[in-house]
Amino acid sequence: MLRIKNVESGYGRLKVLKKITMHIGAGEIVTIIGANGAGKTTLLRTVSGLIPARSGEILFDMMEIGTLPPEKIVFLGCSLVPEGRQVFAPMTVKENILLGAYPQYRRKRGDQIRDDLDRVYGLFPRLKERERQLAGTLSGGEQQMLAIARALMARPKLIMMDEPSMGLAPLVIKDIFTIVTRLRGEGSTVLLVEQNAKAALGIADRGYVLETGRIIMQGTAEDLLSNREVQRAYLGRDLDAEGTM
Amino acid sequence: MLGGMTAVTLNQFIPLPLAILAAVVITMIVGAIIEIVFIRWLHKPSVLRMVIITIGISILIRETALHIWGESVRALPYFTGSSVSSINLGGVYISSQILWVVGIGALVVAALTAFFNLTMLGRQMRACSANRDAARLCGINAGNMVTLSFMVSAAIGALGGCIICPITYVQYDSGTPLAIKGFTVAILGGLGNSTAAVGAGMILGILESFSIWVLPTAYKEAISIAILLAILFVKPSGIFGSAEAARLKEF
Repeated sequence: MLRIKNVESGYGRLKVLKKITMHIGAGEIVTIIGANGAGKTTLLRTVSGLIPARSGEILFDMMEIGTLPPEKIVFLGCSLVPEGRQVFAPMTVKENILLGAYPQYRRKRGDQIRDDLDRVYGLFPRLKERERQLAGTLSGGEQQMLAIARALMARPKLIMMDEPSMGLAPLVIKDIFTIVTRLRGEGSTVLLVEQNAKAALGIADRGYVLETGRIIMQGTAEDLLSNREVQRAYLGRDLDAEGTM
Repeated sequence: MLGGMTAVTLNQFIPLPLAILAAVVITMIVGAIIEIVFIRWLHKPSVLRMVIITIGISILIRETALHIWGESVRALPYFTGSSVSSINLGGVYISSQILWVVGIGALVVAALTAFFNLTMLGRQMRACSANRDAARLCGINAGNMVTLSFMVSAAIGALGGCIICPITYVQYDSGTPLAIKGFTVAILGGLGNSTAAVGAGMILGILESFSIWVLPTAYKEAISIAILLAILFVKPSGIFGSAEAARLKEF
């Protein structure tokens, strides 16, 4: 579905991503884990078109998208749930969701919008209750749900999520991750970027480890979870302490 | 100013309603050209930068207008009646043009409110102003929305200029004082709320008119600036805006 080959990108003179190569197959949940500043968000911003790729190729459904602007990429079926939710704060919850359906509206599939609205309200009943409230007045967890709902309205083939668990209570994180698994069950492909490596690997099929702009490790989620290096660096297990016991 | 002047010139050749319509369309095109030439290529322009650029352009347009139309003062004819006729409304005599101004103003506000709240295009424009990147991630072409917002505001400005210029007359430099009053009213009502702006406009007008009871007439023009400063210090969200709603907006 998505193939990234030797992609480099960054801001101004700063090169953040160095020769990233990865792929995502249809129906998978793939996660990218890494510490602060590793380049996770930059990678998603590059794929979604917010930052142009400097070199390398990004193929989505066999189509080169590395130089397309974000509004075109969304139309192809690749949506990003941006870091920090980025809801339209002064607009109501329902307006936010309907704006997400803009590609559908332009594709003249307005007839499906009603059904899609029911579907996301089914996934997130809380949003239905707060339909008429301004998005900026929602709690962090509700805003995250809204951001996901908004992205889903475009009927994306691939949905990319940037740190959906950031700043949320553990119970809410659990809810959101349940939804991600459910999306895979309904045929979506998910690229999940997380600092919360344990939770992300818990639901993912495969994972990549990003460090200072390079992919240093990849494998199935189970392999990564049991990898000593990953455990030490990202899962917070102190192997030395365990060794002395 | 541009709208009024264009309408006055065109009115020499074509009837009044057509001249006003043409002036609105021409000003709209000028607005679009300004955006495409000066704003569009900027990478992530901040509002402040756009404000400064547009102030610069307004000076440019004023001087160009001086070259084209000279310093003479012009006016459109009254839409109905004449400058001396008036209508008796419950014992108060009002010039018919005032009723035109109020009526068309109300229509424009109603149309704008409906546009921004009920149409997809209006919502897209609000989304772009709330969060540009997120709007692009929804597939909205943010650049086109900015052009469109310049066109809409140019059209409203031109229409406003046309309907008041029979009363106030129009000259090459009549835009700036109106811009300051417009800005005061927008802040007073709460930015981004057109209905409240109308209420604020009424308040400002009444305050200005009655100020001559207590202050020398010369200070009449200073009232709007004084109100602007006071409101910015005391309640920047405007008298009708809630602080909570204002906090959610980015300007």
